Amino acid sequence: MAGPVSPSAFPRGLPHACAIGTLVDPPGGLTGALLALKLRSRRQLLLWRAFRRRRQLAPVADRTAAIVPGAVLCFLCVRNEARRLTQFLAHHRALGVGHFLAVDNASTDGTAALLRAQRDVSLWHTGASYKAARFGMDWLTWLLLRHGSGHWCLTLDADELLVYPYWQSRPLSALTGWLEAQGRDSFGALTVDMYPQGPVSQGHVGPDDDPLRHLAWFDAGNYQVQVQPRLRNLWVQGGARARAFFGETPRRAPTLNKTPLVRWHWRYAYVTSTHSLLPPRLNVVYDTEGGELTSGVLLHTKFLPGITERSAEERARAEHFANAAQYAAYYDRLTADPVLHCGASTRYAGWRQMEALGLMSRGGWI
Amino acid sequence: MTAPTGKLGVVMLCHADLDRAAQLARHWVMQGCPVVIHVDARTAEADFAGLATALHDLPDIRFSRRSPCEWGSFGIVQATLDASARLLADFPRVSHVLLACGSCLPIRPVAALHAHLARHPDTDFIESVTTADVGWTVGGLNEERFTLRFPFSWKRQRRLFDGYVALQRALRIRRRQPDGLVPHLGSQWWCLTRRSLQAIISHPDRPRIDRYFKRVWIPDESYFQSLVRQVSSRIESRSLTLAKFDYQGRPYTFYDDHLHLLRQTDAFFARKIWPQADLLYRTFLTPDGDRALALEPNPGKINRLFAKAVERRVKGRPGLYMQSRFPIRARGGTLSAAPYGVFTGFAELFHDFQPWLARALDARVHGHLFAFDRVEFAGGESVFKGGLSDSPTLRDYNPKSFLTNLIWNTRGETQCFQFGPADAQDICSFIAGDPNATVFVISGAFAVPLWQSGRSASDVRPEAARLQKVESDFLRALNAPETKARTRIWSLTDFIENPAEPLEQLVDLLNPRAAHRTTDLPQLLPLNGFGTFLQDLRNQGMAPVLMGDFPSDAELAQPEQTFARPKIVR
Repeated sequence: MAGPVSPSAFPRGLPHACAIGTLVDPPGGLTGALLALKLRSRRQLLLWRAFRRRRQLAPVADRTAAIVPGAVLCFLCVRNEARRLTQFLAHHRALGVGHFLAVDNASTDGTAALLRAQRDVSLWHTGASYKAARFGMDWLTWLLLRHGSGHWCLTLDADELLVYPYWQSRPLSALTGWLEAQGRDSFGALTVDMYPQGPVSQGHVGPDDDPLRHLAWFDAGNYQVQVQPRLRNLWVQGGARARAFFGETPRRAPTLNKTPLVRWHWRYAYVTSTHSLLPPRLNVVYDTEGGELTSGVLLHTKFLPGITERSAEERARAEHFANAAQYAAYYDRLTADPVLHCGASTRYAGWRQMEALGLMSRGGWI
Repeated sequence: MTAPTGKLGVVMLCHADLDRAAQLARHWVMQGCPVVIHVDARTAEADFAGLATALHDLPDIRFSRRSPCEWGSFGIVQATLDASARLLADFPRVSHVLLACGSCLPIRPVAALHAHLARHPDTDFIESVTTADVGWTVGGLNEERFTLRFPFSWKRQRRLFDGYVALQRALRIRRRQPDGLVPHLGSQWWCLTRRSLQAIISHPDRPRIDRYFKRVWIPDESYFQSLVRQVSSRIESRSLTLAKFDYQGRPYTFYDDHLHLLRQTDAFFARKIWPQADLLYRTFLTPDGDRALALEPNPGKINRLFAKAVERRVKGRPGLYMQSRFPIRARGGTLSAAPYGVFTGFAELFHDFQPWLARALDARVHGHLFAFDRVEFAGGESVFKGGLSDSPTLRDYNPKSFLTNLIWNTRGETQCFQFGPADAQDICSFIAGDPNATVFVISGAFAVPLWQSGRSASDVRPEAARLQKVESDFLRALNAPETKARTRIWSLTDFIENPAEPLEQLVDLLNPRAAHRTTDLPQLLPLNGFGTFLQDLRNQGMAPVLMGDFPSDAELAQPEQTFARPKIVR
């Protein structure tokens, strides 16, 4: 999760974000070429950062030799996620992830032992600063560079469950085959905050329980969509968190669009979390002619019981936002055990419902 | 085991997933159909050897000479010709030849196909359509496939390909076609009689025809389709193979969850089948075929489903902005998902306008959605459908998303809201540019609440001047030539002369199918004294113009009660 991106200086006249009906074609000519050069050096800088921080990663269980060609790989960076990981691994294993590559950022709750015991997980440990490593992205960029090239790579947080059209009957290899046939190298998904009916701290969800039985509700139609024309990435905000916590400071509301699935090349680099990446063509996961491209949803299981203590800890560590002080009010409200559910909430009933509501799309896949 | 030489022979073109190809070939042979397999020369030798080993126990399998089959090139035709010649020569009892690929799955049992062919012994089943009548080719290359030369690969040498096409167009180069050849197009997958296929293979003019087709684009969709017109006595222009294509001409893949759909088809085969679709292979590759096939095939259902999928990909859902869809300006069709009504000045003039409108239109009527202090959702809700918050900050952060979300969330129910110069105005240009918006304005009505506030004219003058300025800007946007919204604008003076007619008009516009005509109309505020108020404003130095030429109190001759509750006379 990251805050808003600071406005860019170049090229002048290009707005920071384009609202509905104001998006124009990317700049061409000299301006376009200069912008491409600028973004290229930014990408190289990101790769260099990842290279510099590679030594912060100590291998705990390196099983990458077992990765078969063509396998879909899943990359994640975790800290104290033991209660979510069993379900996370089971869900994505069922989707056909061939190997998980995980970075454990100094967990103290048995996360490392849990991951280490999985035969399809390679694990690295680091005690370094999450924030200084671009919220873990430097580490993951390094792992993607080393192991992801040529594979379809899924980069997720431990509290995200990927859902895409037909996911119950078609594994990820069917989806990636369809994307390849369409000439696409990346796949977009909207993060949807799932929340319980009562106060968020209430209830009990064991590590083996389906979190969605408890987190059964979501906001169906309050997502604000813009495009940032520089990288051409979407900038979607909204959902339950924007409604409940950012009513007065909507610009700071969490970014919800992600591009979690990419046919990776070692030259690629994520810019802010998985919200945007370079080169910019990978960010165009949406159709600009009025049609729809295939997309999915990341069911966000952040609001499991324990969220209040976790938020208090996150606030104290100040590792989750570039300008953490501005998010103090957000953490205060989270710690106060809010009820996110309201009369306008929608109960989750599967991907077809999500598609009918317009949160994801088959995009012509049948 | 010696399977009897069957009536049907199969030519299989394979390049990948050879284990599935082996499974299919075994199925054909076990059903009595000899098979000649062509494996792309670019496929790894080890894979080919594996296929040969897997099938070595079957007598009626042949492998034809391996040649490269690049998409769009003549190699595919050459491979088909080679394999067909081998099949006809090696299996003299074959009466029909089916062209299939490594992912063509038989949906109906072979016995049913044999029966079908026995009923039509001299018919060639091949889609063959003249270039003028083809609607499905993609990329604008239709007739030009036959009149230009295509020496470059579309996949590997796209720039050369496009450049050479452009060059030939610029130079107006047209190829001469071999005598007697009328270009036809159609699906690559056919089922021909031995007689027709033999006639094509031993065509006296073949060297010249082959030379010609070597420079035609995608000849596998035109070679046999054109030549069969010269040699066949009876053509049924329909492929026995179900194949669906997306809007860019790429074939769709069938997965396990299409089982029910495939049972509805009237075709004998389907392609492409996903190699990992175990259920499909298991269900259809049985000696007796699938037992649950629909007795009454419903191919229309399949066609509709695919047509809808293509529409979703190409046109999307208008008014929806999301992860998959964010149209560039001017390419997105309508801006919002459904028609809606915007009302300026009505709530100021009538006591009970909102409940009346909700009754008359059977619609959801909101207050001032864009009010500065609060989003006035219908019923005073604090969170509206879909999770829209009543926070004005959140709304003003992205007002266009707010409005498109509101309209999208309430599909199936008409939305109406009040809008005035005292509201946040950022949304004006969007409303004016949206063909789904119908805007009704009583210009100058903003002054009525100011008058009612009881404050003196000198107190409210700055406010009145500001509101008048804002409303003029709104009206200017509505009257601009590029405006797409439907608009009805009355001055306050015109409106109160006969309020019933505009009200009827707006009901007709927004709910033309209203079950019953409204007979009761909302209650108009008594306006005695408003004329004096306007004169006071003028005396203070303001020029209230938007109200029109409002009559002074003495001239406001109508007795109060006549427009307090106007009735429509029928």
